[in-house]
Amino acid sequence: MSNQTLARVYRNYRKNITSTIRSIIFYPMHAYRTYYHQMKRVINNIIFHPADAYRMYGKHVRHAMRGLVFHAIVIAFGFVMIYPLIWMLASSFKGESEIWTETSSLIPNELNLDNYRSGWKGFAGISFTTFFKNSLWVSGVSTLASVFSSAIVAYGFARIRFTGKKFWFAVMLSTMMLPSQVQLIPQYILFSKLDWINSYKPLIIPRFFGMPFFIFMMVQFIRGIPIELDEAAEIDGCSRAGIFFRIILPLIKPALGTSAIFAFYWSWDDFLTPLIYLNDPRKYTVSVALRNFADPSSVTNWGAVFAMGILALVPVFLLFILFQRYMVEGISTTGLKG
Amino acid sequence: MTSVLQKDAGKFSLAKKVVAQKGNKKWRHNNLMGYLFISPWLIGFFTLTLIPIAASLVLSFTKYDILSGDVEWTGLENFRRMFYDDPRYWRAVRATVKFAFISVPLKLLFALLVAELLYNARRLVGVYRAVYYAPSIVGGSIAVAVMWRQIFASKGLINEFMLDAGLERKLWLFDIKYAIWTLILMAVWQFGSPMLIFLAGLKQIPSEYYEAASIDGAGTVSKFTRITLPLLTPVIFFNLVMQLIFSFMTFTQAYVVSGGTGRPLDTTLFYSLYIYIRSFGVGANMGYGSAMAWVMLVVIATFTGVIFLSSRFWVFYDTAEN
Repeated sequence: MSNQTLARVYRNYRKNITSTIRSIIFYPMHAYRTYYHQMKRVINNIIFHPADAYRMYGKHVRHAMRGLVFHAIVIAFGFVMIYPLIWMLASSFKGESEIWTETSSLIPNELNLDNYRSGWKGFAGISFTTFFKNSLWVSGVSTLASVFSSAIVAYGFARIRFTGKKFWFAVMLSTMMLPSQVQLIPQYILFSKLDWINSYKPLIIPRFFGMPFFIFMMVQFIRGIPIELDEAAEIDGCSRAGIFFRIILPLIKPALGTSAIFAFYWSWDDFLTPLIYLNDPRKYTVSVALRNFADPSSVTNWGAVFAMGILALVPVFLLFILFQRYMVEGISTTGLKG
Repeated sequence: MTSVLQKDAGKFSLAKKVVAQKGNKKWRHNNLMGYLFISPWLIGFFTLTLIPIAASLVLSFTKYDILSGDVEWTGLENFRRMFYDDPRYWRAVRATVKFAFISVPLKLLFALLVAELLYNARRLVGVYRAVYYAPSIVGGSIAVAVMWRQIFASKGLINEFMLDAGLERKLWLFDIKYAIWTLILMAVWQFGSPMLIFLAGLKQIPSEYYEAASIDGAGTVSKFTRITLPLLTPVIFFNLVMQLIFSFMTFTQAYVVSGGTGRPLDTTLFYSLYIYIRSFGVGANMGYGSAMAWVMLVVIATFTGVIFLSSRFWVFYDTAEN
């Protein structure tokens, strides 16, 4: 066998590494026969014609080594990145004493669910069932409200020609950069005058007025839909509302999904708003409850705090794992804060 | 002949009128529909944004006690006190500026390096991206802030490592030298969203540029500084503006890690935290809080404006592509 043929075989072998692995698993005998001969030739070559072998394989070996080093660096750095999260997860399973004696270990001695059991009991006689229910309710309603209202507004901006459209659109975009602190105090005064303090209204009702980030994203999306669809429907006698509900809404599902994910995520993670507006511990959302639960002046059971922290992160993580593609797309295209 | 022409002209003008009327009607209808569709946002904008901001400006000239409801016009007293009589205010400004000016450049640097790293990965990109983005997805939550506090606690993870390395324990969260660095580290750790935006930006750069540079004998470094960086400046610009604004507004992390007080010695007393303390804490004065919020608004607007103006000199827009 000439060197060229051998090189080609080797190249094929590298290229088809997946099929190679597959054939080794499913057709072991066949793979053995094929690769045994190939490998024997390669090894023979290295032993008896080292100079030729170096010329032929050197590049590939160096390439493979570089890839190996690259992946090793990326994985090592990635491990450092998620180390704290793994540590938190591990700590949530550690027993009372293990937390302090084996602080840095990433593998708990046993899967101890005591922390979860005692943590779930919560504080002041209110269990985390209440807090999770509260959070789910608030986040659920806010999500539906903000996505639906944003879609309506986005349709107006994307498809209807009206006086002052450009001006209002620019105003809307500029509000995205507004620090929320400026609105915080007057909004608080307004809501307290309306007697909304200690209710979920301040958390939910503002979401019914559309959110600029989502509106912007949906406008971009609607602009990508051919206007001929709207025109055809209009000729067929479809009203504006009909076009919106029957044509636009089904077509912008991906944008609706991305918005919904972010709306839920922001609402779930929100801390300042429930901190200001909710006084009654029974009405606390998970984030405020967790912060009170983890009050260093009263807590000694850190395992339970970690356990509840992990549970509070579960919905967010689930969203991330299930809809990673949409989230990545949303952030990449509009710069949404993740 | 003339009569026919006149008749025709009359017909045409009538037709024109009908068209114009129809157009007028359609235009009016469109205006109505347009404002109807954007009305949710428009109402929200006036009631929850514009009027509150205006109200906040008015409030900033008063002393307002929410409990008693007393409003007292004090003129510029709030601003005078803030700038001349409130050392805590200046400590808050210092902490915020230090935090923003250290964490944002570091965060963007990491984001860019990792994006470049992941851009070159052929396999497992999705997995790596998820791993690097994971801290950012959970970073804003209370759970992670609480965890961070415990990592740097006296019996926490970092001190465990210090002991293993033969060093002494340090009270990270109570030491005026280190406390703010725990927060900076936490912010840098969450470089996920600028990383994703950089990654999207890198994919936009045509590969022909790199190929051409390779033929001309350009190395990895000069390819990065001569092609990647200039073509990425719009994205860097965007990330810089957004991250700076976000970092000026940081609240949750500082609130949890410092126990809501900005300890030690106000070194982690971020501006938002101080607004919160002065407006909702003991002896709250919402007028003073509003004045602080307005100064923040002006400062952020100025910063954004300066970055925008300076962008003419360093942001490169690839006009050939458009």
